[in-house]
Amino acid sequence: MTTDYAIEVTGLRKRFKGFGLKDVTFQLPRGYIGGLIGPNGAGKTTIIKIIMNLVRPDSGSVKVFGLDHRTHEVEVKSRIGFVYDVPGFWGDMSLNAHRRAIGRFYPRWNDATFDRLASEFELPLNKHFNVLSHGVQTKFALVMALSHDADLLIMDEPTAGLDPIFRRELLQRLSTLLQDEGKSVLFSTHITSDLARIADFITLIRNGEVAFSLPKDELLEQWAVARGDASMLRRIDPSLLRGSRRRAFGVEALVSDASAVRNTLGSEVVIDKATLDDVMVLMTAEDRDAA
Amino acid sequence: MDGPMRILIANSSPDPIYEQIVRQIKTQIIAGDLAEGELLPSIRKLAMDLQISVITSKRAYDELEAEGFIDTVAGKGTFVAAQNAEFLREKRMKVVEEKLAAAVAEAQLMGMRYDQLAEMLRLLCEEGS
Repeated sequence: MTTDYAIEVTGLRKRFKGFGLKDVTFQLPRGYIGGLIGPNGAGKTTIIKIIMNLVRPDSGSVKVFGLDHRTHEVEVKSRIGFVYDVPGFWGDMSLNAHRRAIGRFYPRWNDATFDRLASEFELPLNKHFNVLSHGVQTKFALVMALSHDADLLIMDEPTAGLDPIFRRELLQRLSTLLQDEGKSVLFSTHITSDLARIADFITLIRNGEVAFSLPKDELLEQWAVARGDASMLRRIDPSLLRGSRRRAFGVEALVSDASAVRNTLGSEVVIDKATLDDVMVLMTAEDRDAA
Repeated sequence: MDGPMRILIANSSPDPIYEQIVRQIKTQIIAGDLAEGELLPSIRKLAMDLQISVITSKRAYDELEAEGFIDTVAGKGTFVAAQNAEFLREKRMKVVEEKLAAAVAEAQLMGMRYDQLAEMLRLLCEEGS
């Protein structure tokens, strides 16, 4: 049996002035949560816009639920809930008016779900969109996305500018959604700490390329940060060295096999579990040093 | 959580989350806190309740199943497996052995000799009886 994918992105290329996506390929199996992580400007938003067919790639293909996202655009989009950083709503329209205007485009729109979520999130339905704080706007975008029984939730930087209480609430919503094994979530973020907790797969985007796309558990269990003196880098197997940076009192290296490095370098270095922040910082350190 | 199962995850622990889950469920089965036939939460419910990824909770259940602690019945759910008495006794012995091994490692770290350790064990056994 072939794996059932919610999203398959293959060989995406897109040239912009001074920036480009280079052969971006990754998959998200149906029923799981995937995170696109990476620094600002790495290309995460462009990838999401291509998936949503808001930007056309120079080459490459995107399949959503096994369907080409352009030839089956209407079906694909009716099954996606889209939450993005700058929500595309109308400033001088009330939330309730949005519901009436947008809801009818979705075959599986559910007013009861909307009302329940709107009251749980305490949304002021009679207020205009543009008088709301950024956090409330995001909550509204999420409620809209969850009210049409989407099979795939795509969120671009959903937690940017949100307080920790709402971020926790968002995590709870996502794992509630995932109780249905037909539902999937893809989100992008440059803050790795909280959404990463429930993510199944992590794809790191660096300079328009996929640096890796792995199950999160594999990453967090096998990768590590080794700290030692300057000579340490020469003694680490180059195939295991994924990034490094010089510090005032030595060097810090990201390695993809903690036990192998422990065996070869032993007590000369200290080895810590790698967090996703470590992975992101160390894998992009050289780019910043070069810049 | 609704059932009798109790799981506490320590993020600061060096042990992976799935291992913490496996260990805690095993301990509860061996101690009899989770009885044979008890229905456990689904993989996705466990992931939600612990706010962890689905892959992590699936891996914990896969491992418990491979070791014969739980059974998954398609369409019905995951249950605590029947444990035969001798098997259970062996597992309990194994827990004792692991804890003693940890104590021995600690003792060696501070240079305790075998006879000192044996004396300590004898006193502890007398105290407990």
